[in-house]
Amino acid sequence: MNHYETVFILNPVLSDVQIEETVKKFEDFLKKNGAKMVSKENWGLKKLAYPIQHKKSGFYHLIEFTAPGEAIAPYEQEFRRDERIMRFLTVKLDKHAIEWAEKRRSRLKVKA
Amino acid sequence: MATLQQQAKGKKDGEIRYLTPLNIETNTQKKYCRFKKSGIKYIDYKDPDFLMKLVNEQGKLLPRRLTGTSMKYQRKVAQAVKRARHLALMPYVGDLLK
Repeated sequence: MNHYETVFILNPVLSDVQIEETVKKFEDFLKKNGAKMVSKENWGLKKLAYPIQHKKSGFYHLIEFTAPGEAIAPYEQEFRRDERIMRFLTVKLDKHAIEWAEKRRSRLKVKA
Repeated sequence: MATLQQQAKGKKDGEIRYLTPLNIETNTQKKYCRFKKSGIKYIDYKDPDFLMKLVNEQGKLLPRRLTGTSMKYQRKVAQAVKRARHLALMPYVGDLLK
């Protein structure tokens, strides 16, 4: 089991229901493939630094999970197939990154 | 006239004299790696405000020559900036970012 995190940008024209549905779809996909969710974050509608698909903003979401390495390739393929996703990035976290992610989460919790 | 005479005299002695003393900075402050110093182990690509400090106003990476970052962390900085650009958190090309 490795530790991963994914940031993805959703199309800004989607409704709240559609967004939830999309996020849930990927979570379910992960769980089905033997992954365990660690945390998820919603950054909301953010302005993009440059236009993607002629859109100037997008909904940012971050999910952190542990999964076996074989689950990642089909998971990323699912992202490529979904036209609601404008961009995504999956990164494997090393020990320093995990430490940082925990710190970041606790800091956000204090703020909220 | 007195000064000219003095200069002429000085030349005879074999000294080099300048009209204004040369101002050469010799004791510049030593550069240091900010990541090593403050003990940062992981450079987060999700924090564009911090990464902005490590690029110039066109959004290009600043060289180690200027920032003093050690090679180990410069590689991580480059990786983080590239990831941030991919996610449109930072521009690939910009103008007057600062």
